[in-house]
Amino acid sequence: SVNPDLASERQTASFCVEQLTALLDGGAEQTRIRRAVVDAIESDPVFSRENQYFQTQNERYEAAVKKAVHLQKKMHEMGWTENGPEYKYIYRALSGDVAFLLHRVFMRSISVLGSDKQIAKWIPLATQHKLIGSYAQTELGHGTYLQGLETTAVFDTATQEFILNTPKISAMKWWPGDMGRSATHTVVFAQLYIHGKCYGIHPFIVQIRSLQDHSLCPGVTAGDIGPKMNFEHIDNGYLLLKNVRVPRENMLSKFCEVQPDGTYIRQGSQKINYFTMTTVRISLISDEILTPLMKACTIAIRYSVVRRQSKLKPGEQEAKILDYQTQQEKLLPQLAAAFAFHFVNDYLQDLFNRGYREIQRKNFDMLPELHALSSGFKAVITQHCTAAVEICLRACGGHGYSLLSGLPSLYTNILASCIYEGENTILLLQTARFLIKCFMAASAGQPVPPSVTYLAAVKPGKCPAKNKLDFLSPDIYSEAYQHVAVRLISSTAAKLQDLIQSGVKKHDAWNQCTVQLVQAAKAHCHYITVKNFAETVEKLETKAGIQKIMKHLCDLFALHGIFSNTGAFLHDGYTSAAQMDMVTASYLDLLAVIRKDAVPLVDAFDFTDKSLNSALGSYDGQVYQRLYEWAQKSPTNQMSPAYERYLKPLLHNTLSKL
Amino acid sequence: ETLVLNDPDFQHEDLNFLSRSQRYEQAIRKSSLMVMKLREYGIADPEEIYWFKSFVHRGRPEPLDLHLGMFLPTLLTQATPEQQDRFFMPAWNLEIIGTYAQTEMGHGTHLRGLETTATYDPSTQEFILNSPTVTSIKWWPGGLGKTSNHAIVLAQLYTQGQCKGLHAFIVPIRQLGTHEPLPGITVGDIGPKFGYDEMDNGYLKMDNFRIPRENMLMKYAQVEPDGTYVKPVSDKLTYGTMVFIRSLIVGDSARSLSRACTIAIRYSAVRHQSELKPGEAEPQILDYQTQQYKLFPLLATAYAFHFVGAYIKDTYHRISGDISEGDLTELPELHALTAGLKAFTSWTANAGIEECRMACGGHGYSRCSGIPDIYVTFTPSCTYEGENTVMMLQTARFLMKSYTQVSSGQKVTGMVSYLNDLSRQRIQPQHVAARAVTVRINDPASLVEAYKSRAASLVESAAKNLQAELNHRRSKEDAWNRTSVDLVRASEAHCHYVIVKLFTAKLAEVTDAAVRAVLTQLCLLYALFGISRNAGDFLQAGIFTGAQITQVNQQVKELLAALRPNAVALVDSFDFHDVHLGSVLGRYDGNVYENMFEWAKKSPLNKTQVHESFHKHLKPMQAKL
Repeated sequence: SVNPDLASERQTASFCVEQLTALLDGGAEQTRIRRAVVDAIESDPVFSRENQYFQTQNERYEAAVKKAVHLQKKMHEMGWTENGPEYKYIYRALSGDVAFLLHRVFMRSISVLGSDKQIAKWIPLATQHKLIGSYAQTELGHGTYLQGLETTAVFDTATQEFILNTPKISAMKWWPGDMGRSATHTVVFAQLYIHGKCYGIHPFIVQIRSLQDHSLCPGVTAGDIGPKMNFEHIDNGYLLLKNVRVPRENMLSKFCEVQPDGTYIRQGSQKINYFTMTTVRISLISDEILTPLMKACTIAIRYSVVRRQSKLKPGEQEAKILDYQTQQEKLLPQLAAAFAFHFVNDYLQDLFNRGYREIQRKNFDMLPELHALSSGFKAVITQHCTAAVEICLRACGGHGYSLLSGLPSLYTNILASCIYEGENTILLLQTARFLIKCFMAASAGQPVPPSVTYLAAVKPGKCPAKNKLDFLSPDIYSEAYQHVAVRLISSTAAKLQDLIQSGVKKHDAWNQCTVQLVQAAKAHCHYITVKNFAETVEKLETKAGIQKIMKHLCDLFALHGIFSNTGAFLHDGYTSAAQMDMVTASYLDLLAVIRKDAVPLVDAFDFTDKSLNSALGSYDGQVYQRLYEWAQKSPTNQMSPAYERYLKPLLHNTLSKL
Repeated sequence: ETLVLNDPDFQHEDLNFLSRSQRYEQAIRKSSLMVMKLREYGIADPEEIYWFKSFVHRGRPEPLDLHLGMFLPTLLTQATPEQQDRFFMPAWNLEIIGTYAQTEMGHGTHLRGLETTATYDPSTQEFILNSPTVTSIKWWPGGLGKTSNHAIVLAQLYTQGQCKGLHAFIVPIRQLGTHEPLPGITVGDIGPKFGYDEMDNGYLKMDNFRIPRENMLMKYAQVEPDGTYVKPVSDKLTYGTMVFIRSLIVGDSARSLSRACTIAIRYSAVRHQSELKPGEAEPQILDYQTQQYKLFPLLATAYAFHFVGAYIKDTYHRISGDISEGDLTELPELHALTAGLKAFTSWTANAGIEECRMACGGHGYSRCSGIPDIYVTFTPSCTYEGENTVMMLQTARFLMKSYTQVSSGQKVTGMVSYLNDLSRQRIQPQHVAARAVTVRINDPASLVEAYKSRAASLVESAAKNLQAELNHRRSKEDAWNRTSVDLVRASEAHCHYVIVKLFTAKLAEVTDAAVRAVLTQLCLLYALFGISRNAGDFLQAGIFTGAQITQVNQQVKELLAALRPNAVALVDSFDFHDVHLGSVLGRYDGNVYENMFEWAKKSPLNKTQVHESFHKHLKPMQAKL
């Protein structure tokens, strides 16, 4: 039975939950397919995550390998294919708790970087799992800055082989997933040397383990890099190569080729490759970033209507903690952010699909814009959502810290996203570089890409809001965001110019402005997110109450952004101190409004209890019973040897010695 | 320190590679040894015990924490002399291992809501303890799950049919000798958490469990044999303990953040990446402005919190003298202030530790960096000993009270005395802080004034909003709730002011010129960075103009460059031993990469060359496909 405290929240929904779910899925048909996939996976005991919180690193790894193997069977059984509509839901249904994710990256890198011949040779082997692949780029001493990698591949004309080496300890490959224990092959990125000349970073397929007994190949040292904050199920690995020889054909050669005599040939455009990297950043937003945030919101909000603490009115029952303004102020903006980023993700996906079509037609015009957007949004969304999940964790009081709440693992999972696929600060600086360039172009009257045309139409003036209700107008707040973005970009551009004109070298000037540049890039992404949310709301159907509640969330997201960054809006007087009081008033009013729909809103995310895997967040709200039951399953509740070995002597024998 | 570090009995495998049960076992082993060695060396001074303990456990929690830190002290302060005779020596000799069971599954910070009952039965002269609901099960107490055989249980006392509120009872929970739970007692471990792996946080459920009348701690309140309840004299004294524990958390905030800064700054000096100047070698990442901007303000914060922690501890010791003489006048302010500072410093340190970890890139995420461990050990302090938001609201309550006093013409003293100025300004129709303050951004004393104006402005605005809600004829509680976001902001501004003020005051005490110079830079950075981050407050209150904020931002950047040469020396000054730091990235000798490799080789997944999963799953799959 459902806890009455949670049941009552569902009586008062102002909108139809099922319709909102369909909107999030992109149509009722998608919802149906997703549920079917989730159901098939969750009803299969092999995929159970029931004991996940109690398992050691070794046990988690083994379970993940088992699941990966079983998944092949399951897909065959269910008739799911890699190109089918079900495929994208499998990962969500497994909550990412499966091995061989890098195997797919291995395959993709061969498809993108390999010649037709190479594709024909390796892809079938990989598809049939005759080998297990990984992708070895990052080194112990080098991450985001690719040119700094130190692994070498020297071409030996005599044997027609490349000789791969790890010349020093910092050059050791470090972090690649599936490489510590599982992979038999990996794509190694190394500096190519031919006749003593360095040609830069190139990818090579290297076999690292025997296909017979899985032992390491001669010259290869590999293993697991040890425990991390999360991803215990993945064997992130290290790899040391000592005079490992691979045939000439193993260099992936769609764009560059080494001929038998050592002649180096560059062919085709690398731009498509570049595009693939930016696509990866966008593709991870949905599964790796938004799903954990939505789960965290679901858990924290459901728990906050079950948990009662202290009294709001004397003589009454203790209040639900979600009725406290401070609790609403913690959680509801995170909920609004989940929707804001969901919609901006849709926008980015559309843009990238369009970009992909253009690129297939050999039109690369959109590339700089796509690159800037993917970098900036990857950084802004991961950073925002990571902080949001932590807020959810801490909003659940003591129980949030129990692994059984599900929140610690959601947090340690999502926070890795701030680093992989490009460190966030570096990505924001890439976006900033694009923005400064566009700003200069716009100032000179040259055309700029669509997402930055606002830089050309700078309107001076002040925020026209006269009362707090005016701040519920998307035009008013979108323009305020636009103003801040323009101000930060233009003032940083001016500062850069000043420094350069005063004789500072270009790169020094750049380093001196990086703090501001990062802020400018964030402001740009924040503006686009607000604008896109407002435009999305406008296009929604008015029926079923969906548009109304989405409008509230859009307002909340926008006003929360102003409220928590007032300095940026007040700085040049665009917004006045009195207007800022109006923003605060409107913002706090909205909390109370959205409060009523909080539970239906998270219900619409449509996570099953198994997928949440949380004692605090399940649909029925039977929090305390579940917490108590789960705790009893903990291995620590089997008799510990510590008593016999240490406690007993302490309790008895020591006394004689004292 | 060297005593422990050189003792082979305290050596063990890296904890990162052990399971929870193994970590618990190691902790128990070391605690047992520790107690024996303490007695052997004759160490009895609490300060010395504290250091000994922190080196044995390397600053980590351990199962006997609650016994030493809560059970014994509670016996000392709340037990009658007869009770001390019965319990104290056995507990001191660890025949009795106790814990302190307050929090329940359904109730935390709001103590009055606890549901466990202790009903007095005059016919047998016993209390009958019960956990009437699932939510009333005791949940979280450290050492309760597996280690303790006694617990001090907080329960609602019922006698002669009436509820007399919360009282403390000594409850035996496990059989001496066999360590099996006693009949009527259900006890166990609450399962894995975010950190605290070596601690057996536990649950406790009691069903008609009887204890003799003499097991209620009766130094203050008493139940007589016939069930007559005798009230305690005053309950304000418990404030003292809370102040003390919260002051420890402020110190812990400083220490934990210092450790994270040490690791991140040393590593940033070792790590080289990308290029600053075309054609030159890859620079140390600490040379990037963005990296300095992440780390140096945190370093300044660690120093600031260090001085604040020391201040509270000193004030507490000074005031405790007064308290024992019956003078409680300073207690309410100190109580209110430590609540807010506990919240302010733990929130800031919590976020700061995460930033340090992020600043170490991918390797920060590996447990070998040591920062994940610092984080998970520290982060619960945002919740325990008073949930932070609730703490901020306690400070706010004091601020509102002081504001009301000032409004009615009374003077207030201490850290809130700036509110006195508000009444003077009320004569002028101007907005509070709109008076033209010329802030000198290179003068800490002038920045203290700026923070003071900001605090005054936010306190006043919260007070006005609260009044406006009351004018709408809302109930007091409702009005308070509808203003609570403003109230928290006011408290934060107040705490921020206090910290800047204390840091600035500290500078005058430093005699060495070079040390004073660098601490002044840190103090300025702390203050200016805070203004830059909270620019909106200062702009809205009219303390700064936009142009001045731009200057502040510029000055922050110049301070970053000025501090760069001293950065490593400033973290070396924290003087953490490598063993205590527990970080491969933060090693004193900076030999990071070779030691990461050595560390990884010890990972459990590397125990065998070919993992058993290959034979169990991979090989069969490859054979089938």
